[in-house]
This record gives sequence, C-alpha cells and structure tokens, in this order.
Amino acid sequence: MNRFQPFQLFLILLSGIVLLLIIGPLVGMFVATSPAQFFESSRDPEVQSSIGLTLWVSMAATLFFALGGIPLAYLLARKDFAAKRLVLGIIDLPIVIPHSAAGIAVLGAVSRDSYVGQLGSMIGLDFVGAPAGIALAMAFVSIPFLINAARDGFLSVPVRLEQAALNLGASPARVFFTISLPLAWRNIVSGLILMFARGMSEFGAVVIVAYHPMIAPVMIWERFGSFGLNYARPVAVLFIIVSLVFFIILRLLARSKKDA
Amino acid sequence: MLDIQHIEKVYQDFSLKDISFQVEDGDYFVILGPSGAGKTQILEILAGLILPDEGKIMLDEREITFRKIQKRPFGLVFQDLAIFPHLSVRDNIRYPLLSRRTGRKEMEELTATIAASAEISHLLERRPSSLSGGELQRVALARTLMRKPRYLLLDEPLASLDVSLRQGLRSLLKRLNSEGQTIIHVTHDYEEAMVLAGKIAVLDQGRIIQSGPADHVFHHPESEFMARFTGVKNYFPAKLYREQERQYGELANGQLIRLNTTEPEGNGFVLVRGEDIFVTLEKLPTSATNQFSGTITAINPSPFGFEVLVDTGTLFYVNITRESLQTLALRTGKEVLISFKASNARFVRV
Repeated sequence: MNRFQPFQLFLILLSGIVLLLIIGPLVGMFVATSPAQFFESSRDPEVQSSIGLTLWVSMAATLFFALGGIPLAYLLARKDFAAKRLVLGIIDLPIVIPHSAAGIAVLGAVSRDSYVGQLGSMIGLDFVGAPAGIALAMAFVSIPFLINAARDGFLSVPVRLEQAALNLGASPARVFFTISLPLAWRNIVSGLILMFARGMSEFGAVVIVAYHPMIAPVMIWERFGSFGLNYARPVAVLFIIVSLVFFIILRLLARSKKDA
Repeated sequence: MLDIQHIEKVYQDFSLKDISFQVEDGDYFVILGPSGAGKTQILEILAGLILPDEGKIMLDEREITFRKIQKRPFGLVFQDLAIFPHLSVRDNIRYPLLSRRTGRKEMEELTATIAASAEISHLLERRPSSLSGGELQRVALARTLMRKPRYLLLDEPLASLDVSLRQGLRSLLKRLNSEGQTIIHVTHDYEEAMVLAGKIAVLDQGRIIQSGPADHVFHHPESEFMARFTGVKNYFPAKLYREQERQYGELANGQLIRLNTTEPEGNGFVLVRGEDIFVTLEKLPTSATNQFSGTITAINPSPFGFEVLVDTGTLFYVNITRESLQTLALRTGKEVLISFKASNARFVRV
C-alpha cells in the first residue's frame, strides 16, 4: 500500500500547508463577511462603479496592447537578432521590479511635464488621474504575461507549416493570419486572460498614477485606511467574486472556441 | 528550362558541392541517393527555404536564386507533408487559391477536380488528424497541385507508404507526368527511380556523381558506389498477365518471362538481379523456368567479377566470377544459354 508510506504522508502534509496558506485567508474572509454587509457593499454605487472601471480599463488595456504585444511575441519566436536576450530580459523587467517603482516610472513618463503627457493633452488625452493612465500602469505590469505566453504559442507552431504556406503562394502576412496565429491561439488566449487578470488586480503601480478614479484594489485599500478591516472586507469579497466569475467565463469561452 | 549551376552550401556537419543539373519542361527528374546525401537540401534550395552560399538557379535564362519563396515556380510536397492541422481537407486543398483572386464557384470546381484526380473527394470534410498516412500524402499532393506549379518537387513521396499504396501513388505520379507536369522527385529507393525516372542524378555525400537519362545511368554506372547502389540492371517494361495459374511478363518485343507474383494484371517492370542469372553452354535440366539462348555481346570487368551482356532479343546483364568466365571460356560472340527462376524475377507495378 504505497500511499500510506511515511514519506508520502510527509509530502502530503507539506502540500497541505501550502494549500492552506492560499485557501485559509480567503475562506476566512468569506466567512467573516455577513450577507448583510456583502449586499450593502454590492449596492454601493461607488463600489459598483469602481469594479466596473477596473474591469473595462483592464480589458481595454489588454486588447490595445495585444495589438503590439502579439507581433512582438511572433518576432521573438521566429527571428534571431543581436540583442534578443536583452529584449527578452527587458520584457520580464516589470515582473521583477517593485510595482510602486513601476508606478513611479509610468508616472514620470506620462506626467504633464513629459513629452508623452504634453502630446496627450494636445489631443485631449489625460493620463494622470485618468483611465488612460490606469490602463498604462496596468499594461506595464501585466504585458509580460501576454508576450511570454504568446511567444510560447508561436514557438510551438512548426516552422515547416509556415514554409509550406509560403510555398503554396501565401504572403508572409497571410501566413501569419491563417497559419501562425490560429495555431498559437490557445496560448495567446491564455496570455490575454492572464494579462487581463493581472492588470485588474494591480494596485501599486495604479495608485501612483491615478488615485482617482478609483479602481477596486485602490478602493479596498482606501476603505481599509479610512474605516478599518470590517469595511474593506465586503468590498474585497465582492471584487474577488466578480473577478472569479469573469475569469471562469473567459476560460470557458476560450475552451469552447478551441473545441469548435 | 530550369538550370541549376554550381550550387554550394555548407552546413554544420555536411555540405553540398558543385550541384549542377538541368530540367526540361515535361521531364520526370529523379535525384537518387542514400539518406544523408543532401537530397532534401537541394529541394529546399530550389524552393527558396534556404539560400545557397554559391551558385545560381536559372529559369528560362533568368536568375531566380534569391526570389521570394511565394514567387517561385516550385510546388514542394514535404516529406513530413506539413498538412495544416487546424484546417479541414477541403480548406487545406483550397489554401493556394486564397492568394489568387478566385471566385467562389471556380474555387469549388477546382477543388472538386483536384480532389477527384487525387482520389480524395470523399475526405474533403475530414480533419487531417483522422486521416491515414496514404490519405495525408494525397491531400499534400492535391494541395500542391492546386497551386499549378511549373515544377512539382517531391521529397521521398513513397517512403512512408505501404506497398499497395505505393503502387497507387506511383501510377498517379506517372499519369501527372504524362499529362505534362514536370516533376523533380528525390528518393533513396533505386526501384522507385527505375520505374519513374526519365532523367536521373545520383547524389552521394553532397555531390552529384552521375547524371543523365535514367536508362543510361542504370546501365552504365561510372563508379563502384553507383554499381552497388543501383544494383539491378535488368529491368524491362512489361505487361503482367496470367494463364492457367501461371504469371507471365510480356516484354515490349513479345518475349515472355515467367513470374511468381501475386500482383494483379497490368503494366509494370520486370526486375532480375544480374547475380541471379546462370550462364550455361548447353541445355541442362534445372528448376529455373526461364531459359533463353543468346549471344554474348560484351564482357566487362565489374566490382563483382565480370559482367557479361547476353543478347537474347532482350539484353541481359549477367554477373559472373572470373573463375566461371575461365571455366566456360566465355568470349564475345559465343552462343550461350541463360536461366533464372521465376521467383527471382520481380514484378513492380506502375
């Protein structure tokens, strides 16, 4: 009876501790939130609009930056060039630097004194304290997830298939859209979902670029700072539930697309 | 005309050296060589997937060495077929039409015609993952033909097929060629080369060691490698027919060769190895059912001893040892008998 060997039990015990670390606080938070508190928060217009803002800005940031992120991932998968390792390192940079520092960096780049900020205000686009700035901060910290997933996807497409398509008379653009992209699509969608989820949950970088309008993570922090744990908790629970529902829907959509 | 001039390409552990050959429109050109000789690399250079270090590819006296892949007149059927796994058979076959402005109706008609020609009409709605090796092979061929390439490049097209499927595809290729399709076909299988090739180039270790009309190359190997590699010199176009449980290959001149085969009746080649043929001076009782009398027209030294050419109405190449040559006192002009067993005469259908 292998499964009852002492070493196996030891492994199970250690695994259990790690799972408990993740599940424990979350379950605790759900249990500590009374239905009355929960429904009150969910009816709070401030909370509703902040969750709505978080979702659409993260979605917009993901889709907008995917337009450049996916081609970059394709180049990184298919082309060899001198500074490729450097570029790969740069892409992972947002994952390793503190997010408050990332926020400072983004703010510096888009503040009203910067070229980007001035250019933006010329066309009526404000970054600081505005959805555009939030989107930028979210994208800054989350785009590595998309690029890396998409790059893995393109790497898994045999070069042979692209060569065959070219040999059949297709232009490189047609090959990209009819062969490479569809075959890497699963990884790309999974990268898009990760980027969306990571952007949505970002606090550090966003709070520096835009305290207002308030996204949900900032609102949770603000409620905690001003009113304490009992007021922050229901908002956190609500946001987690909404995020989970979105996450599950997107996963299901991605899967049904694959099976179709 | 396609003129390949002095192509050179260095790879990590191998190189192509001074590859030159010409292909005329309508040719069935076979590049024959053992695996690792560089056959696939030549096709890849023609198709533009890799660029040569030296040399030129001339098409009707215009250089196309560096032309874009999609602008070249070569349709390549890859050895691994490279069928698009996310597209149905129909969409795979139609793929080349997307790059040409083709009307919906014309697209349907072309798809139907090509699918019928490759005998895959019943597979059009299927996914590639549900097809067998032979079916995939036909889909890959149909897809490439849809592009109407001036030159059809085939990389070991029969290698992954079992014997019965090979015969079907051989006939299809032969038919395409007879309808005017120029084909450049690489293979390691001399039998395949023998029954299909009009012209042939033999490749060894990145170098063409002999080329010319297939008949000439097979009968006049210029090196020991060639002689060993090509092996069978006695191969004759023949028609197989049966009569009272017996099988005969009828040669073009009417001569009959007894065969021992389960192949169905039809056209093909009779193959007899030179070392399976006996030479005698008079008729002896023997189990060999094929016996012909003829005249020695030449005696040549060969890597295996001597090669005696016996004209029986059909020219047979017979391999014998020096000892036999002396014992029988064979010389040019001498009348002899040759014999071989029906089971040593193979029949290959086309």
